[in-house]
Amino acid sequence: MNDAEKAFREEADDLLEQLEQSLLDLEKTPTDKELIDCAFRALHTLKGSGAMFGYERVSAFVHNFETAFDQVRKGRAPPSHELVAVALQAKDHVRVQIEAPDAADEDHGRRILDELRRVVEASLATPTAPAGAASIDATLREPAGGETARVTWRLRFSFHESVLVNGTNPLLLFDELRALGDFDLNACGDAVPALDAIDPTLCYLSFEATLVTDQPRSAIEDVFIFVIDEMRLEIERVDEEASPRIEEPSAATADAPATVTRRSAESDGRGAGSVRVQAEKVDELMDRVGELVIAQARLTQLAETASLDIKSIAEEIERLAANLRDVTMGIRMVPIGTLFGRYRRLVHDLSSELGKPVDLVMSGEETELDKTMIERLADPLVHLIRNALDHGLEDAAGRAAAGKAATGRIRLVASHSGAEVLITVADDGRGLDVARIRAKAIANGLIAEDAVMSDAEIHQLIFHAGFSTAQSVTKLSGRGVGMDVVKRTIESLRGAIDIASRPGAGSEVTLRLPLTLAIIEGLLVRVGGARYVIPLSSVEECVELSAAGDNGSAGRSFLNIRGDLVPFLRLREFLSAKTPPDPHQKVVVVSFGEQRVGLVVDQIIGSHQTVIKSLSKLHADVPCFSGATILGDGAVALIFDIPHLVDRGQAHDEERKAREREAA
Amino acid sequence: MAQETIDESRQCLMLGVGGEIFAIDAERVREILDPAPVTEVPGARDFVRGLINVRGKVVPMADLRPRFGMEVAEATPDTRFVVIEVDLDGEPTVVGIVADKVYEVAELPLSSLGAAPRIGMRWRPELVKFIGRWQDDFIVVPDIERIFN
Repeated sequence: MNDAEKAFREEADDLLEQLEQSLLDLEKTPTDKELIDCAFRALHTLKGSGAMFGYERVSAFVHNFETAFDQVRKGRAPPSHELVAVALQAKDHVRVQIEAPDAADEDHGRRILDELRRVVEASLATPTAPAGAASIDATLREPAGGETARVTWRLRFSFHESVLVNGTNPLLLFDELRALGDFDLNACGDAVPALDAIDPTLCYLSFEATLVTDQPRSAIEDVFIFVIDEMRLEIERVDEEASPRIEEPSAATADAPATVTRRSAESDGRGAGSVRVQAEKVDELMDRVGELVIAQARLTQLAETASLDIKSIAEEIERLAANLRDVTMGIRMVPIGTLFGRYRRLVHDLSSELGKPVDLVMSGEETELDKTMIERLADPLVHLIRNALDHGLEDAAGRAAAGKAATGRIRLVASHSGAEVLITVADDGRGLDVARIRAKAIANGLIAEDAVMSDAEIHQLIFHAGFSTAQSVTKLSGRGVGMDVVKRTIESLRGAIDIASRPGAGSEVTLRLPLTLAIIEGLLVRVGGARYVIPLSSVEECVELSAAGDNGSAGRSFLNIRGDLVPFLRLREFLSAKTPPDPHQKVVVVSFGEQRVGLVVDQIIGSHQTVIKSLSKLHADVPCFSGATILGDGAVALIFDIPHLVDRGQAHDEERKAREREAA
Repeated sequence: MAQETIDESRQCLMLGVGGEIFAIDAERVREILDPAPVTEVPGARDFVRGLINVRGKVVPMADLRPRFGMEVAEATPDTRFVVIEVDLDGEPTVVGIVADKVYEVAELPLSSLGAAPRIGMRWRPELVKFIGRWQDDFIVVPDIERIFN
């Protein structure tokens, strides 16, 4: 694929996204003219650039799509539920045409178009249809009375110099104007430079024209709808007998600001001043910044013994590196709304397929999350939403029997909580059926028949591979793949999943995720001869082992911290440290979930900016470490994965006790 | 056909590993480093015990010797770390391996290589791709992918 084609695909991707969002919004607010225009513009641009990049079939298809949709724009056909549904199918077809042209089934495309035309024509026959759209339209038009009479308009306009480069052909615009009525055009060549300075690809001309037409002013504006960002346009109404400027000065001045506001609104929508950057480049940048932070930490270490001058430079570099790191991480942060947007379509489609009316309520779309994380969350969230719709929500009869509103509700919520982002998928359905999960788990041999388990533990069973309680396997879910994959993905992102469920009231799955994958604050400790990083977010406090009572030799591994018993794990034993222990052992108390555990270390070195480097597959069998980092002196240190470490530690402890018992 | 086979040859890096000479496809060799401190990964398998820092990247450090049942000797002034690329489940991964000595890059004619004999070998046959001759020594062409996967 060459660069131009890539650019087209990226653009098309955005446009299709824009189209889909507008269509989905339209379903809710069918009278919003702005949305209709937005969808229409997306279609139009798609048609134009499709033709430009040689996607003839895309262009032809979109052309027909646009023609049908034009009736909606003109307020003749309302964007009904049916119409939106077909339009969404059409949109999907365009996506296939662009992404996998060979796989696109043109017959299928024709059927969609026929259907689209049928829906539009059916609503054309309904006379009451355009009421909403028309009333908005009317306010934009000239005062009533001018509607049918022929009015003379004076137009002054000039295009941006580069308008031709962008594929606009002014001649076609003139033809459109000519079609509106008597059109008289004069070109003004004042701005044309000397012959040797002319760039033939630029447009130097400005134009003055008069147009006598019975069409409203908005019809004239519509001609320029796609180039309005790249031109200056004045439209004045001229009374034939009198001088226009005296006669209707208010109209002219009132119009000018209107055009201006519209222009700025549009450029805002396009994300003014944003630049498209390849994701790999941002990753690369993050790597480099990571290395810079490491080098800087080294410099700071060396500077401690150096002269004051060098110290101050080192401090300055430290500050700059920290800033640079924050900015770079900021670049990687993407609002989760970009991800949530995709699920509206999913819910829309699932809802019609399953015949369960659903309201999707989203909040916290502005919550920002690392871009890599967002990408990797896409699939797990699809699973969770599908589950909520398919298994969670009852069917219409079930809801009526339970005395609930016919329309189910799915909430998709993102929020910050400390250094974590919480993403919740909640439904108001029947809730998890503990008895059924239990029965299924027994049938599958996951648990013993007489196992004593809390509800929360039973809920966790749904994360086992090959577990599905859906009695009937539907097309959407229930194949027993999914929840285990969700869990694995979330864990690989250093996150966790919580489930809350109340029978009859619905269930709530919450994903807890770290803000970023790239850099964390860590506590650097030494155990034996090696250094390790403990994620600072899980550290609660540090105490001296002797002060809290070293009773390990007495067979107990508990600390007394202000009256609370906290179990501790001797990392020296666990990591088989060979050097002699430090006389004053320290305990780092970490917490995760509800648990608190003390980790006994030889020395606490201090806090450390930890650039996380993931471990290769060769170390995938070592779950106690979530990654590694490079220290100031260039050595590699491992980062503890606290929950796994504690799990392993407990198993290790039990083994040791068993061995001791055997020996005794 | 026979003609082609004779012409074909491979550039290989010759390494001393536990008293044997291993030949590694030169194409997969990234660089050769002086020994650097290795961070041990507690609980890892014995032939991938550690991690090293290769210019800001954390790279797993492998030792082929335990894999081939060889004695792990102390480092000598000749010891080098050879950084190679290995395909792990379809994912190219950079791995360092310890070499007791790095000899040179040599052209190995394919005709000088033969399948590993089924008997008479101390090593697990599936880890050896070919046995060949180079100068007056026998050499081992290890099956790197098999060793790590």
